[in-house]
Amino acid sequence: MLIAVLLGFIFALSILVIGKFIKGKQSWLSTLIPLSLLAYFSSFIPQVSRGEIIQQTYTWIPSFNVELSFQLDGLSLLFSLMITGIGTLVFAYTSAYLKGHEFLDRFYAYLSMFMGAMLGLVLSDNLISMFVFWELTSISSFYLIGFNNASLASRKSALTALGITGMGGLLFLGGAVLLGDVAGTFSISEMIGMSEEITTHSAYVLIAILFFGAAFSKSAQFPFHFWLPGAMKAPTPVSTYLHSATMVKAGVYLLLRFTPILGNTEFWNSTLIIVGGVTMLYSAIHIIFRTDLKGILAYSTISALGILVFLIGLGTQEALIACLVFIIVHALYKASLFLITGIIDHETGTRDITQLAGLRKVLMPVAVAGFLAALISGGVPPTFGFIGKDLIYEAGLNWGSFTWLLIGAALLTKILLYYAGFVAGVKPFMGSLPASFENVHLPEKRLWVPPLLLVSLGVLLGFVPHLAEDALIAPGIEVLMTSTETFHLKLWHGFNTALILSLVTIGIGTLLYFVLIPSHKKENFIGKFEVISPKNIVLKTTEGFSAFSSLWTNFFQNGFLRHYVATIIGFLCLVLGYLIFSNFNLRLDYSSFSKLTIYEVAIIVMMITAIFFTVFSKSRLAAVASMGIVGFAFCLLFLFYSAPDLAMTQFSVDTLTVILFVLVLYRLPKYLRLSKNVLRIEHGILSVFFGALMTILVLKVLQEPVNAEITNYYAQNAYLLAKGKNVVNVILVDFRGIDTLIETCVLIVAALGVFGLLKLRLKTRDKK
Amino acid sequence: MEILLAITTGILYAAGIYMMLRRSMVKLILGLILLGNGVNLLIFLLGRITKGKPPIIPEETKVFEDLFADPVPQALILTAIVISFGLQSFAIILVKRAYKVLKTDDLDQLNTTDEDS
Repeated sequence: MLIAVLLGFIFALSILVIGKFIKGKQSWLSTLIPLSLLAYFSSFIPQVSRGEIIQQTYTWIPSFNVELSFQLDGLSLLFSLMITGIGTLVFAYTSAYLKGHEFLDRFYAYLSMFMGAMLGLVLSDNLISMFVFWELTSISSFYLIGFNNASLASRKSALTALGITGMGGLLFLGGAVLLGDVAGTFSISEMIGMSEEITTHSAYVLIAILFFGAAFSKSAQFPFHFWLPGAMKAPTPVSTYLHSATMVKAGVYLLLRFTPILGNTEFWNSTLIIVGGVTMLYSAIHIIFRTDLKGILAYSTISALGILVFLIGLGTQEALIACLVFIIVHALYKASLFLITGIIDHETGTRDITQLAGLRKVLMPVAVAGFLAALISGGVPPTFGFIGKDLIYEAGLNWGSFTWLLIGAALLTKILLYYAGFVAGVKPFMGSLPASFENVHLPEKRLWVPPLLLVSLGVLLGFVPHLAEDALIAPGIEVLMTSTETFHLKLWHGFNTALILSLVTIGIGTLLYFVLIPSHKKENFIGKFEVISPKNIVLKTTEGFSAFSSLWTNFFQNGFLRHYVATIIGFLCLVLGYLIFSNFNLRLDYSSFSKLTIYEVAIIVMMITAIFFTVFSKSRLAAVASMGIVGFAFCLLFLFYSAPDLAMTQFSVDTLTVILFVLVLYRLPKYLRLSKNVLRIEHGILSVFFGALMTILVLKVLQEPVNAEITNYYAQNAYLLAKGKNVVNVILVDFRGIDTLIETCVLIVAALGVFGLLKLRLKTRDKK
Repeated sequence: MEILLAITTGILYAAGIYMMLRRSMVKLILGLILLGNGVNLLIFLLGRITKGKPPIIPEETKVFEDLFADPVPQALILTAIVISFGLQSFAIILVKRAYKVLKTDDLDQLNTTDEDS
């Protein structure tokens, strides 16, 4: 199974080598990758339908309890088949859709990387490895949305999608770590038994919120839904594969996978019902106002995802069966509708529904596929879609409380989805063919066979629902519920409320199709409300953030050195001042200090005078000279206070510095007063305040006792260990010999720098 | 005496910072040197001052018998003096060079990385 997951990544990498080959006429060969995976996973159907669970574990980071453990059960199998099955069709479709595209090899690399990541996600039994695959799907989605990287809108949409799903990924990581902490394991299958302890744990609500955040952002639930319509900037195969059939269902998968662990609490159920309900209605209503075919499909996808979340929220066996069935149904019809839209776009060059008409005359097989897809989408018997819709109504009817509210919402959504399916699948083919489309001709088979295959499967499953039931739904339900009752999917349920609701849906939906004609006027109308949409709010917030950060940066990083120094010192003053004055207890013990002697005082007076002269002198030479005096005064101080080595070093260094200064003095710029007086006073106050703080700091330090441990160590061992009598020297060349060696290196580098600067000849550019 | 030295430290810091806040590059270097001296004095004071007892073990003994000045701050300051010399000499030459190329001593005119402004 590891190879199966990694195959996508391996293929993606191999594009580096065989890219040219894949780009050319042999591009259809890449279809073999998902096809072989599809065959591989199909071979597990008999085992899984007997209720077996296949597990494989590879150690990855054992010290963190992170394993690459894969588990294939009913739920994973359903998703794996969907990923590889639709993957196969999309790979084949792409080879024709993007034929001769400059970056086709790259496209395949992203696509197969995504497939590998998505398989890893649905097969992972370890939370952390699941997170890694989760992030990988977001990243490959980012590349695919931004595939037309020359277009600004593409890049922006890719960033928005990455931002939203990336934020969800972070929440997922938080939830995973927290849950792993509570459960004591990262293994999902081990957590199943601990549901009771986890849901009563004090961190449960936080864990649930984090998982909700992750699932809602990935599965485009309100108010995170807006990245999905933007993601339609990607080439159509991507929209088909990632943004309707598989990746956006990752959030749904997450919720399903954790239903047995985190579910069955009021918080879990009601949150999902509310969010799912709002999402399905909100975006279903949005459908009416769209004219771009992909826009219509995007909103109906969000709406369908809302239904799935809503069903998980209901949480009864019926609802979960409905959820699984609807996942399949949705993948079948929505993928075909996207593929059909791609064909229309490819052949006519427009996706504007107000212009498309009569295409059945030129694209007959596509029209058939579109019509069937619309039937499945609308849940018209005898398609598999009808079973899906019927189950949804029954789940709603049998839930108990708020029945009519739930049913009303579901009914309205379903009617609008019916409408969407017909607008996208039927409308472009009806009516009379405009003259501009007369040259349109049927494309090659690789484009129109995939959607036709998908819808045929959808119709077929309507007649033989037990095929899907045995292979996928029943094993899937066993994963989700602790105890299951027997059930059977069938077309005819008898004459009941659900059937009436289905008929109402079909009736009103058909009516809407004839009454509500999509128009740009409607689209402009809804555009006025864009200001208060979540998308706009988030975008405005992001803009605010970047405006704020550039203000912030420009304020602190304005390019003026003195500004930086002033900021650092000012901040230091604040912190230091607060610390010192918040508990000010300066008791000076004069007896512990040494006595003043006249020569010491004389040195200090000399030094201070020299400092003032250095600061206020108007002459460069005088300033440098008085700098030298400060240095020599230091020499004397060191001499008085038992530091002969320091005195010698200071003496030679200061002499050298002054000589160096004087040597280059006349090459140096004039010594000007550049600052304004106000600034000088401000800086003066800041400096004096800082100096005063340092004085107080020194005095406070002098109050503290000295820790002589290190000193005594060196003093004791200078001769005994290092055979040297001058302790300072011994420390430098022996105890800390390496440090001194490095210090010497620093000096050499500085010397080289000086030499280089002196000898460097000006380039012509500098001379100008 | 310690109080006087503490005040001197403060003055060195204040003078150093004030000079660093000026726009002239030469003053910036002078400020750096003053600040470095202030830091040295601070470290020196941390080891307390001892008169006339350098940390050198007398000829005839193997360990100290008498009181002695703290050698650790001295070793630190010695390092600091040497390193700051390296920094100062490099800075002086750099300023000279910068002036030669850019014909300005005003730091405010060096606030852009763009070559042609």
